[in-house]
Amino acid sequence: MSTETATPIYSPKDFESNQEVRWCPGCGDYSILKQMQAILPKTGLKHEEIVFVSGIGCSSRFPYYLNTYGMHSIHGRAPAIASGLKASRPELSVWIITGDGDALSIGGNHIAHLLRRNFDVNVVMFNNEIYGLTKGQYSPTSPLEKVTKSTPFGSLDHPFNPAAFALGADATFVARGMDRDPKHLQSMLLRTHEHKGTSFLEVYQNCNIFNDGAFQLMTDKATKPDNTLFVEHGQPMIFGAEMKKGIILDGYKPKIVSLDQYGKDDLWIHDEHDRFKAQILVRFFDDPRVEGNYPRPFGVFYTEERATYDDMMEAQVKVAKEQSEAPDLDALIAGKETWEVY
Amino acid sequence: MSVFEEKERVVVKFAGDSGDGMQLVGSQFTNNTALVGNDLGTFPDFPAEIRAPQGTLAGVSGFQIHFGSSEVYTPGDSYDVLVAMNAAALKSNIYNVRKDGILILNTAGFDSKNLRLSGYQENPMETGELDGYSVYPIDVTKLTREALKENQLGTRDKDRSKNMFVLGFIYWLFNRKLENTIDFLKRKFSKAPEVLDANLKALKAGHNYGNITEAFSTRYSVKRAQMPPGKYRSINGNPAIAMGLIAASHKTKLPVFYGTYPITPASDILHELARYKNFGVKTFQAEDEIAGICAAIGASYGGKIGVTGTSGPGMALKTEAMGLALMLELPLVIINIQRAGPSTGMPTKTEQADLLQAVYGRNGEAPIPVLACSTPSSCFNMAYQAVKIALEHMTPVILLSDGYIANGAEPWRYPSSNDLDDIKVKLAKEVKEDEVYLPYQRNVDKVREWALPGTPGMEHRIGGLEKEDVTGNVSYDPDNHENMVKIRAEKVERIANYIPLQEIDNGPDKGDVLVLGWGSTYGSIKSAVKELVNEGKSVAHAHLHHIYPFPKNLGDMLANYDKVLVPEINNGQLVRLIRDKYLIPAIPYNKIKGVPITKNELKDQVELLLTKEKETV
Ligand code: SF4
Repeated sequence: MSTETATPIYSPKDFESNQEVRWCPGCGDYSILKQMQAILPKTGLKHEEIVFVSGIGCSSRFPYYLNTYGMHSIHGRAPAIASGLKASRPELSVWIITGDGDALSIGGNHIAHLLRRNFDVNVVMFNNEIYGLTKGQYSPTSPLEKVTKSTPFGSLDHPFNPAAFALGADATFVARGMDRDPKHLQSMLLRTHEHKGTSFLEVYQNCNIFNDGAFQLMTDKATKPDNTLFVEHGQPMIFGAEMKKGIILDGYKPKIVSLDQYGKDDLWIHDEHDRFKAQILVRFFDDPRVEGNYPRPFGVFYTEERATYDDMMEAQVKVAKEQSEAPDLDALIAGKETWEVY
Repeated sequence: MSVFEEKERVVVKFAGDSGDGMQLVGSQFTNNTALVGNDLGTFPDFPAEIRAPQGTLAGVSGFQIHFGSSEVYTPGDSYDVLVAMNAAALKSNIYNVRKDGILILNTAGFDSKNLRLSGYQENPMETGELDGYSVYPIDVTKLTREALKENQLGTRDKDRSKNMFVLGFIYWLFNRKLENTIDFLKRKFSKAPEVLDANLKALKAGHNYGNITEAFSTRYSVKRAQMPPGKYRSINGNPAIAMGLIAASHKTKLPVFYGTYPITPASDILHELARYKNFGVKTFQAEDEIAGICAAIGASYGGKIGVTGTSGPGMALKTEAMGLALMLELPLVIINIQRAGPSTGMPTKTEQADLLQAVYGRNGEAPIPVLACSTPSSCFNMAYQAVKIALEHMTPVILLSDGYIANGAEPWRYPSSNDLDDIKVKLAKEVKEDEVYLPYQRNVDKVREWALPGTPGMEHRIGGLEKEDVTGNVSYDPDNHENMVKIRAEKVERIANYIPLQEIDNGPDKGDVLVLGWGSTYGSIKSAVKELVNEGKSVAHAHLHHIYPFPKNLGDMLANYDKVLVPEINNGQLVRLIRDKYLIPAIPYNKIKGVPITKNELKDQVELLLTKEKETV
């Protein structure tokens, strides 16, 4: 896929709205907003061609801060609203901004169906593994045993693996980024925009008030190299502080190996079009605190070209219009059997 | 030779197992009846299960049609003719057959198994319990098989054509032509020649059977009805709603987007609209009720006519999104084809019990205009008006119909597209450079503009949080909130200036009793009041199509009568709204049995009121 972008006509500043940003100081949301404002000029789109639709939660304040069209809707329903909008206005660039609770709890049904239908929209799911706006209850991505206000003895909920969920729903684009890696996040946002079909981008976002440090091992300079794996299409899977660790595939079983023993050619070469291997990759989901586990992957895990719902819907209307005579309302109203009274 | 007895009106009931095809017989007979120029009303009544247990009372599917040479407003109170395909169909309908009525009984449906399943100890044809009725036993199954001797289909498939035998026979009984049904069958089975052959043969065999056997010494004929001049067709409620929406779309050049989830008895609107892609209609069968309305809101936001349709349980699910649409101040039409509740209730039975839900059922102060259809043909105009109000006043609108209207049919003197009301759509135009667009600026009717994504210079953010007046920015200011609640209420109240004044449907302008109805009770009230007026009673009928806001003159009208009677198929809902708004002791009359109020029931009730002293209840 081409990553070339149109000539910018705006600067990031042009995408700031006149609203005061109201997240807690230090919140990871600020970075995501900034990276979004940075990439929007690179899309070549005009302000008025872009719509951000959000649900409810801290992340869902996002549309207020962008100088585009926006709708801050109701909890979990942004995918459904965006579907109707995209179906009726396919020429618009439609973004869905959501969180882990919004997308995977109350809106879980909608997000699954959005992904399988493959509307040409972009989903950015801020994952902070907590309910921030309601002040600190565990979320569907919180780890088991998580102690929160609503789980003083630890959560009993097995957490969702969002990337696996998206793949399971036959998403045509699944990627992950993090608030603390602006450059990578920008490239992920751009890829999210460029993909035709529903793009699902999960962004690890630190909630420094209710769940500070949830991703620390993956975001801190010291621990990040050993706990993360940045995948790139066509590149071998290498990670670690000295870039000395790699992943090989032994049949279906991924293994962490030392590059002292293996050459780069032996490693798993990431192919973002390989549906089966993507299923394995998204299963790198171990608790990073446990020694010897797989690193958490970031990047584009999977992408495919599949007809979009909005295109197919347009095509049906077009064919129907071509195949029938000009719509005649009077003929429609009269129907097939009529009679006249004089 | 049989002789024809002229009748002013006849009620026929077709009843059989849900697999017997009685609905098809009913709808074909309806179209045929309409084509010969009778006025008519129908009432299909079927079990919720697609294939309810065969031969049982629960599995009986029925279709009632009332037709006549003068106005017909209801499907009729009692049957002149009952066609029963089995014992269960007889058992569950006999109570409603006129004492000297005609019973056409399929003897094959009265074998020992059918008798046992329907709870008859003995064959009612042999016990004398049917004495007084004119009973015509016909072995439909056997005769159909004989007629199809040459046909290649298996016996099971052949037996499926027995409904056509019955239809052919009934056509003979009423001296009808077969053409419209022959054409229909040819269209329906164009790809299955053997099935077509079987159906055509069975139809003709049924017709011939009447001729050959001279089964009836007397046959009925019903003259053409005296109806106002014009062009007519037969229409059911749900397709009429679909057409009303398309008409509004055609008029405004804005496509309809219908977001919905299948639910009885609303799904037919989806089926209808899905066929009209050539009118630019887009239908979206969403993953659930909530997604249905939310997708429609998304389409409205994008500048289309967003519509969602459902029944009671779906309304409950859509409630939060209705509140959103109201806060966003976007046009949206929400259609509720009511059914008997609460909860899953009785999905195939009719009721009017969602009125208070429509008027009040949302969190916060959330006024939404409420309109109601009254008859199948009224659905066209009411759907059209719902779109008009939604677009002109930038508001969600709830349109209420019910299962009885949805599935019932009547002749419709259909309008020409030239007669349709104007609909004024006001889109926000471009703003001057450096001017900040104010999305919540309003006109005198408190209506904001519709600024569509894609319009340069008007980028703005809207949402479910309370808005600051004019700017639309998020606001927690206490005075602003109170102000906005009042503005949203006033906006809806002002719609009363644009809807028709309430008219008296029938009867004197002043008098003893006004029967005030809404929704599908129209036909019963109309017939009952007509008779009472003819008998010289001081009774009038008014029927509401706009329930929130009420027509401006309604209060004055109500004051002209000593008593106001409000019949409803619920436990008293409109009556509460009337009492609350006008502080009058309106009197409820309620029937909550999943079936319409009959003319006679209502007449009795009014007569009771008239004979009582003029006291208030
Ligand atoms: S509560 Fe957490 S997620 Fe919400 S704004 Fe504050 S830091 Fe950010």
